[in-house]
Amino acid sequence: MVDPNPFLPVSNPGYTPLPGEANPIGSPVTRRRSICLCLAVVSGLLALDLIVVLIGYRGSDNVQVHGNESGSLAASSGQPEIVRPVSRGPVAGVSEKANGHFADVGRLRSFPWNNSMLSWQRTAFHFQPEKNWMNDPNGPLFYKGWYHFFYQYNPNGAIWGDIVWGHAVSRDLIHWLHLPLAMVPDQWYDFNGVWTGSATILPDGKIVMLYTGATNESVQVQNLAYPADPSDPLLIKWIKYSGNPVLVPPPGIHHKDFRDPTTAWLTSEGKWRIIIGSKINRTGIALVYDTKDFKTYELLDGLFHGVPGTGMWECVDFYPVSKAEDCGLDTSINGPEVKHVVKASLDDDRHDYYAIGTYHDKNSTWVPDNPEIDVGIGIRYDYGVFYASKTFYDQDKSRRILWGWIGESDSEFADVKKGWASIQSIPRTILFDNKTGTHLLQWPVQEVESLRLRSNEFDKVQVKAGSVMKLDVGSATQLDIEAEFEVDKEALDKAPESNVTFSCSSSGGSVKRGALGPFGVSVLADEALSEQTPVYFYIVKGNGGKLTTHFCTDQSRSSEATDVNKPIYGSYVPVLEGEKLSLRILVDHSIVESFAQGGRTCIASRVYPTKAIYGAARLFLFNNATDASVTASLKIWQMNSAFIRPYPSENK
Amino acid sequence: MKIFLLFLLFIFPVNAIRLTSIIRLSNLIDHTCKQTPYYELCVSTLKSNPKSADADICGLAKIIVTSLDSKASDALDQINDLLQDELTLDPATEQALGVCAERYNVILNGDIPQTMAALDTGNYKFAQKGTNDAAVEVSACEKEFTGKSKSPLYELNKEVRRISIVAAAIVKVIINS
Repeated sequence: MVDPNPFLPVSNPGYTPLPGEANPIGSPVTRRRSICLCLAVVSGLLALDLIVVLIGYRGSDNVQVHGNESGSLAASSGQPEIVRPVSRGPVAGVSEKANGHFADVGRLRSFPWNNSMLSWQRTAFHFQPEKNWMNDPNGPLFYKGWYHFFYQYNPNGAIWGDIVWGHAVSRDLIHWLHLPLAMVPDQWYDFNGVWTGSATILPDGKIVMLYTGATNESVQVQNLAYPADPSDPLLIKWIKYSGNPVLVPPPGIHHKDFRDPTTAWLTSEGKWRIIIGSKINRTGIALVYDTKDFKTYELLDGLFHGVPGTGMWECVDFYPVSKAEDCGLDTSINGPEVKHVVKASLDDDRHDYYAIGTYHDKNSTWVPDNPEIDVGIGIRYDYGVFYASKTFYDQDKSRRILWGWIGESDSEFADVKKGWASIQSIPRTILFDNKTGTHLLQWPVQEVESLRLRSNEFDKVQVKAGSVMKLDVGSATQLDIEAEFEVDKEALDKAPESNVTFSCSSSGGSVKRGALGPFGVSVLADEALSEQTPVYFYIVKGNGGKLTTHFCTDQSRSSEATDVNKPIYGSYVPVLEGEKLSLRILVDHSIVESFAQGGRTCIASRVYPTKAIYGAARLFLFNNATDASVTASLKIWQMNSAFIRPYPSENK
Repeated sequence: MKIFLLFLLFIFPVNAIRLTSIIRLSNLIDHTCKQTPYYELCVSTLKSNPKSADADICGLAKIIVTSLDSKASDALDQINDLLQDELTLDPATEQALGVCAERYNVILNGDIPQTMAALDTGNYKFAQKGTNDAAVEVSACEKEFTGKSKSPLYELNKEVRRISIVAAAIVKVIINS
């Protein structure tokens, strides 16, 4: 029996002495006057010993893990059973009004997810496996005519665990075909997880894959793998190097803070260089290594870069961008017209941050152009749900392409019920934004336009202040929307100046009216607008008449369900003199991917409507500003499915 | 006698080291629990598990998750007991209990194993996801019961929710440390 208050004196000495300790109580002390002092000292020591023994008491391990009626827990294996539903009566009807809160406010009923609502959520043209859990993109590459995509995958359930590398191929980054698992945890050095990694294509065309393994003792190490048969364009089988691991945590780095090696690039000395994210106390860092053969590495002195206060850097990425041309660059390129991007996924807040700067090859460091917006404290790739992202160089079309993991914002109950969790973003091309000089531009790859079916055009529609109009486009769950907005100039000039700093997340959403916003489109809305997801601009006039524009996605009324996350996402977006406000939105069931000003600011949102689904989903144009009227021109395409499916077996 | 004194003086420094390290670890429990919204619950849960004596903060998190596991199992047992009582059960309550059973199954077979695996391997954000989700599942269960009075699971739901919030808070401390 455990004594719950070990600091109180024990009435019955039913304790067990610590192993190796002699039982200090019970040794008789002879009475002699000359050793009264000794007695006092001895008693004091004994009392202290007694306290120590009591504090250090270790009874038998009486913590029981319940494993009976609730089904097998198998906590160590991390394998969840498929939940078998308890039989229950018919699903009740629609409940009370949505309150937009996540906590248990009031007595509102959480929505019973039925199969119809859940199966609607699956996307039509975003990459996802047929079922189960996915997270980070891994080792993307182009090889012998195929784009390859690998990903963190749980073959056993819709939650994270038992991680292996899934694999799929595509001719065009849109129509994917699933292949067998590329790597599973079959070695001691990746027993607890075959985690994230990157591919390097050598000048002779050979492929080298570096990835993180969580060993059987949960140490994070880096391992080397390569295709078993380079003549197989599908790269189905992979071999792990017999000398793995090739890298273990160096001195001073915690064995749980060492993961996600990058694609390698050539140094001016002809060696290959990689960086790996980590942290030292609260400073997020990138360690840098050189290698000639990917088997033995030299840890370089000093850090590649670090930023205090940012915490652990996961999935670091490093690549060049061209200032002169609108194309991607091979990872090894350097030169006067080249800037370099460093990116990190911050464990602290689960956001992806990038910074543009200058790479110094000789001393293997990188310096940001503007330290105030350094990695982790400045610009994000995406202001919604977008993490663990990774780029690769598409040597076929000379593009730098970005993949990002978009997780779920619903409950795991729903994930288990629907049998899957997570999708990937539509791959985005990355270009340096010459016009601002501070931002990257991300844009859905052009191949996504091959899914466009019929379109509806709305040219120069006047949207007066305080109005909402339905856009008749037919079905509204798979859409590609391009829109431009012009704000009435007079209203811009007359609008009052405001001291208040605006931020999408604390703005109160699209219902909060300002002089110059919000205005935009509302997607996945039902006819009565009881559920809707507005994507909009909000202009603020600051001191001196300076206009700043914000781009937001408001999920607070996206669903009547109370067990889903419904935040308001967004950010400031740079708008230059003479530019119209432009946006693009890809609506694909439970994902809404939005891009402002050609991709300067992006927002990926997950929404889970209960009513605005299937044929009941509508699209609205709105202007909730108090003063300004807006002229909108839109082109809206229906989007076909990408029919992502297993690779036809007879063709392998 | 002198030998005895020498002996005591010999073991005392050893005890002194044990004492300081034990005081430091008690301070770890105190320091950690102060960063959770339910300090008393956190401290009592940790101190009632002997493993907390020499656990690091990751170990403390696992102890809390073990307690979550135990309380969630109790809740599921209670749900099953209530479902047996067919004669006094109205359809709405029966349905709500059914959904709660499913949600508790997700906590026990999904959230908790995921959290433990994440704590073991150092991929802490998945521990954060698992513990946060446990609180979501409990809230959703409670909300299944409409009407003015509290649900028959109210006290258990409250306990499970609180302990999962404590777990999530400790995971946040680990991530931010």
